[in-house]
Amino acid sequence: MVPLDYYLILSAVIFAIGVIGVLVRRNLIVVLMSIELMLNAVNLTFIAFSRYLASMQGQVVVVFVMAVAAAEAVIGLAIVISVFRHRRTLDPQEMQLLKW
Amino acid sequence: MVATTQAVATVDLLRWMPLIPLLASLINMFFGARLGRKTAGGLACVAVLASFAIALYIFWLLPATGMFRDTVYTWIESGSFQVKLSFQVDALTAVMLLVVTGIGFLIHIYSLGYMDHDEGIVRFFVYLNLFIFFMLLLVMGDNLLVLFIGWEGVGLCSYLLIGFWYHDHANTIAGNKAFIVNRIGDFGFVLGLLLLVTELGRQGIWTLDFMELQQHVNLLSPERITLITLLLFVGAAGKSAQIPLFVWLPDAMAGPTPVSALIHAATMVTAGAYMTARLHFLFVLAPETLSLIATIGAATAFFAATVALTQTDIKRVLAYSTVSQLGYMFVAIGIGAFSAAIFHLFTHAFFKACLFLGSGSVIHALDGEQDMRKMGGLKAYLPTTYWTYVIATLAIAGAPFTAGFFSKDFILWQAYSSPRGSTELWFVGWLTAGLTAFYMFRQLFLVFHGECRADEHVKAHIHESPVVMTVPLVVLAAGSIFAGWLGAPEYLWGSLWDHWLQPIFGGAHEAAHGSPTDEINLTLLTLAIGGLGFLLAYFVYGRASKLPDRLASLAGGAPYRLLLHKYYIDEIYDVLIVRPFTYCSRWLAQVFDPGVIDGLVNAVARGARGFSLIWREVQTGNVQHYLAGFLAATLALLAYFLKQQ
Repeated sequence: MVPLDYYLILSAVIFAIGVIGVLVRRNLIVVLMSIELMLNAVNLTFIAFSRYLASMQGQVVVVFVMAVAAAEAVIGLAIVISVFRHRRTLDPQEMQLLKW
Repeated sequence: MVATTQAVATVDLLRWMPLIPLLASLINMFFGARLGRKTAGGLACVAVLASFAIALYIFWLLPATGMFRDTVYTWIESGSFQVKLSFQVDALTAVMLLVVTGIGFLIHIYSLGYMDHDEGIVRFFVYLNLFIFFMLLLVMGDNLLVLFIGWEGVGLCSYLLIGFWYHDHANTIAGNKAFIVNRIGDFGFVLGLLLLVTELGRQGIWTLDFMELQQHVNLLSPERITLITLLLFVGAAGKSAQIPLFVWLPDAMAGPTPVSALIHAATMVTAGAYMTARLHFLFVLAPETLSLIATIGAATAFFAATVALTQTDIKRVLAYSTVSQLGYMFVAIGIGAFSAAIFHLFTHAFFKACLFLGSGSVIHALDGEQDMRKMGGLKAYLPTTYWTYVIATLAIAGAPFTAGFFSKDFILWQAYSSPRGSTELWFVGWLTAGLTAFYMFRQLFLVFHGECRADEHVKAHIHESPVVMTVPLVVLAAGSIFAGWLGAPEYLWGSLWDHWLQPIFGGAHEAAHGSPTDEINLTLLTLAIGGLGFLLAYFVYGRASKLPDRLASLAGGAPYRLLLHKYYIDEIYDVLIVRPFTYCSRWLAQVFDPGVIDGLVNAVARGARGFSLIWREVQTGNVQHYLAGFLAATLALLAYFLKQQ
């Protein structure tokens, strides 16, 4: 049986990759994908603990997270399309309106 | 002079006396235009008549040593400090009530005729009724704060009515002058009031109620009482036009003549005398203040009388005469003869209101002309006005058995004989009596006798005033004779007046030195100088002669010019106070305010702007930068909490 630590380390690595993706990528679609990555890293942690503690609660939360993630992906993509139609670009660096 | 304890009875009727004129005023204010001029004027008169009827009824009910009280509600409550909106009527207030509502009613009636052609007649009656309301508040308040509301309220109405014809800028200026000069006095009054309350509060007595003040006044130290009374007297001097704050009253004649009669002669200007009489228990404990009041009163009486000698405006002569007569009242107060002061206030209200209304009748007949040099010979045209004017002139000059004779001689006798009086005070008062006779008869001769000097087309329109104007004149003329009979000296039939006011002021004749023979001799002396004044006036102005011009050019004309320009007091005040003040104000407005005040505010704004210019560079607008910040903060918090464990 694979020890819990391995799962946690893997999940931390995936989460970090997701964070870095959100912060540095120049394409909104990739940013959205990175967010999915972060969510799934958390899911992995939940599943691992669920097995480790022999409790179903973690898996229940994961189902919720997946549902939310699906909704988030839908809305996120809709916003991305809308933004693209207006500005003909998906580079977050080009969007500087959110300031004083 | 400790007053006897008075029986207090509650009478709910009291509150209606001020309330009815207030209601009439409000109705006219909002619906006056719709009611029409006649109805509005009628309503105003009926309201004051109702108050007068109540006042008469109360007067009739009032027992000799009793007092009525009516508490409407508790206005301010803070710990043991309570101020009630509450009215009281004792003998002193009853006198004032009758003067205010009675003469007020007559003047309302008169105004119906006088203001008939004026488009602002509804507004006029709104102000006039409001004035009656505040004046009643002033005389009926049972504590200093209610008195103070009335005090300020009558000041407001006075201002509104002086500037009634506001299209003429000079009238507005006169209104402002009255208001501002009164404000200086009120400043002293408020300070005195606050000092009185806090000083008594320091002794554990928190009250503004006259009766309680009277009980506890002995707790105060003499120095404090002197200071308090001095400050209160500043207020009285402002309201009652005493030196040095008298300058507003002559200018106040810019208002309609009924206003001059009601507010600036009969009632409001006597508020200062009333207030000092109301607080007599305080003033008698401050001999220094009293002697100052007597001196100022005598100086004002004499000074104003000399100015009145040369004025050519019919109303200005009367205005200075009012200042002079108010001076008499303050002489009486200064020697502790409060009853004499109130008596003179009472008689003065009649004859001065009559004189003012008479002058109004003349002005009305001459189509607004106020210059006595353009009058003359009006006796034939205005018989009723003439005869009432003669009676009132005789009264103010102190002719035997008229009102002024009794009250003025009472004051002069007190000035001579009472322990606080002195021969000097008597002498100044005596001299002023002569001057009074001279300038009043000068006016009478200039206006009613000799040739008519009016323009031809004015002359063609001269008419006697309508009945609504002459009836009040006749009533007031009757009052000018008979009002004085209440206070006859001992050697005649004795004074009802002293008897009536004794419960409040105590015996007025106590410790007077001098015998009835002295009193008669002094009276004869006063009559002599009054007669001399009359004869002089007759020889100078009563006959066609060159004497007035020759008198005017006496000693190079300098004395005449000095008097004509009222001792240049207005000019002196202008140079000493008004100009430096406006100069400072201008400097503050044009240099200090934009430079320092605005400069400080702008500096703060500029500082904030400069600081934010630096820090807003942090906000790039890039979401990813914000998220990085968010991450850094989260990690920092995480690190912090992990370290805690």
